[in-house]
Amino acid sequence: MSEPQQPPKQPRIGVDSWVASADERRSRSPAGRVQDAYDRAPPALKLLALALPFAVFPLFVDSDYLMQVGVDTLVFVLLALGLNVAVGWVGLLDLGYVAFFGIGAYLYATVASEYAGRHWDAQFAIPLIAVAVAVTGFLVGLPSRRLVGDYLAIVTLFFLQLWLVVLVNASFTRGPNGISDIDPLEFFGRRLTSLDAYYYVALIAFVLIVSFLYLVNHSRTGRAWRALREDELAAELMTMPVNRLKLIGFAVGAGVAGIAGAIFAPVQGAVFPASFDLVLLITVYAMVVLGGAGSLIGVTVGAVVINGSLEALRDADNASWLFYGVIALVLLALLRPWWQPVAVLGATVVFGLVVHEVAEQVRPSLVGGQSFGEARIDEIVDSWVLLPQNIVTADGLPSGALGRLAYMGLVAAVLGLTLVRSRVWRLVGLVPVLYLAACVWANLLVAQAAVARFILIGALLVGLMAFRPQGLFGKQRVEIV
Amino acid sequence: MSTNDRAPLLEVQNLSLAFGGLRCLDGLDLTVGEGEIVSVIGPNGAGKTTLFNVITGVYPPEEGEILFEGSSILGLDPHRIARRGIARTFQTLRLFLNMTVKENVMAAAYGHTKAGVLRSVLRTPGMRREEREIERLAEERLAFFGDRLVGYRWRQPAYSLSYANRRRLEIARATAAQPRLLLLDEPAAGMNPVETHEMTELIARLREEGGYTILVIEHDMHVVEGISDRVVALDHGVKIAEGTFEQVATDPRVVEAYLGTSAAEQK
Repeated sequence: MSEPQQPPKQPRIGVDSWVASADERRSRSPAGRVQDAYDRAPPALKLLALALPFAVFPLFVDSDYLMQVGVDTLVFVLLALGLNVAVGWVGLLDLGYVAFFGIGAYLYATVASEYAGRHWDAQFAIPLIAVAVAVTGFLVGLPSRRLVGDYLAIVTLFFLQLWLVVLVNASFTRGPNGISDIDPLEFFGRRLTSLDAYYYVALIAFVLIVSFLYLVNHSRTGRAWRALREDELAAELMTMPVNRLKLIGFAVGAGVAGIAGAIFAPVQGAVFPASFDLVLLITVYAMVVLGGAGSLIGVTVGAVVINGSLEALRDADNASWLFYGVIALVLLALLRPWWQPVAVLGATVVFGLVVHEVAEQVRPSLVGGQSFGEARIDEIVDSWVLLPQNIVTADGLPSGALGRLAYMGLVAAVLGLTLVRSRVWRLVGLVPVLYLAACVWANLLVAQAAVARFILIGALLVGLMAFRPQGLFGKQRVEIV
Repeated sequence: MSTNDRAPLLEVQNLSLAFGGLRCLDGLDLTVGEGEIVSVIGPNGAGKTTLFNVITGVYPPEEGEILFEGSSILGLDPHRIARRGIARTFQTLRLFLNMTVKENVMAAAYGHTKAGVLRSVLRTPGMRREEREIERLAEERLAFFGDRLVGYRWRQPAYSLSYANRRRLEIARATAAQPRLLLLDEPAAGMNPVETHEMTELIARLREEGGYTILVIEHDMHVVEGISDRVVALDHGVKIAEGTFEQVATDPRVVEAYLGTSAAEQK
């Protein structure tokens, strides 16, 4: 064996002053300071900061409608928190998740309704349902625990469809008619009668579940979940029982969804199979993705933003303002220097006036109509876009073929615009595209807020993902360096 | 130093594994004694990493037996084998990149802690004590590498580490699983000469201070010469030579395996 030689004197390897000072540099920016303060805060304070806005919400609200939105939002927050366990922490693409929500709701209907003939108190029903649904999650996870990625997604999606088929066809669930005479929540013999009471029950559930999830995440189980999400094989070889950990994750997420269902059913007073379909699944996923998978505060904010926007956009006036406002803001944010967005917007206005004038001369029937929207901005835009006079039929629905034509034209134009390489021509091309978008909105979408809101939310998500793929509060993950 | 001096910790008997028609391991026998450092060498594709994968339970062998501390570990789940006391590093680094340096090490202590979900949520005294213990364990394991993985590094994500530090972190993580046998898969790969030299000393220190028995795959012959009690050479899944470094390095079959037939004949 040769004698090891002493390495020559030289700068120390492995001590990187750039990395060492990274924290210091970061904490100098205002965002960094907020982040630091948040990181240093004790968990109880974080919880308070998270729950306080919810707690004071009812003080500023005096309409039943808004309280109802508040309760729904909290139920969505619970759902998003549960999904975050499987998707954000364990890293499993679980597409059967809303089935657990449905099972929770139907279980409540089974233990507390006229139809079932049982009237359990909620202090027994909710914990039992949570456990039962968690066990269901465990059982669903059993056959799929060895599956990863796409395969797990397919199997869980199959489970969701299976559940929906059973719901619609089985007699004990009364098929598509659902179960409609569900008891209100009743704690120790006292019935909850007001929406406020439901709101606070949901809020208490939220505080308990967030605390539960925080504590689990900051323990060896949470650490192992994150480890197996990063590298399953390495985790297994570092003493972590990967399959069992996945099952625990499935069960915990399902249990949370079960609680959400057990609150949702009495709030609605009825459960229907249609309430637990793919649209709900996609909405909850959107919440988790928007807020940032893996972050408790993120998915909470994500649920509030998405459900809040969906509600706000039911109103055509709000939707119009949002539509035109977002377009203007995105242009201002994306195009630099400042005169470029101004030029594009100005050119669009002029372009619209010219087209409007020409159309009025050539075919007067194409202009002068009135759109379904009633916001101030709609009145202005109506006299600027191409809008046939007979846009609104007697029953209030849009009839114009122009709107549908413009819609197809818009899709083609946007695709065409992405093919243009030259920046100058892109800006020029943007002008007719924006005008087309306004035409589509005034002719078609403003009258169909129920559809338009999903398109707007989709656009919001696409835009956000382009800038922050990790979501609002998510941590950017590095795959390979 | 021969095998007979020590009680065997790991015994691999007649191990065979084929992927389709490719025989990766072919009737391989290997014994590692308590406290020994054994190097496995061989050209690329000789079956070295496959041997590690079979020992750690990633692949089930087709034939053969693996005894660890005298009892069979065949058919056990990999995490159970790891818990018995076999930990490894990876040739292609497999850190938990988006976790902090300290978390990487703490995560590997999973098998030696007990707190379940319920106890974690209730933060029972036992659970708190366990957390404190593995945190201290992680700090201690990271301090093994001098000041390279301590202090501000604890809170850095693993992806921010340099290549050599990632290799060190992998070793720290493996030791946190509290093994008796440490399998190191090319610990000096991709390191510069100074770092390689350091790694040689480090492996010796792992045995002196940590008390680990070490089975190491290495291509760098300076490292192999510097650390090994015994060297085993593989080619096409067959053991072609075994003995001290000098014996194996001059073995004609080893030279042939590395350099081809004509080179061996010229010698």
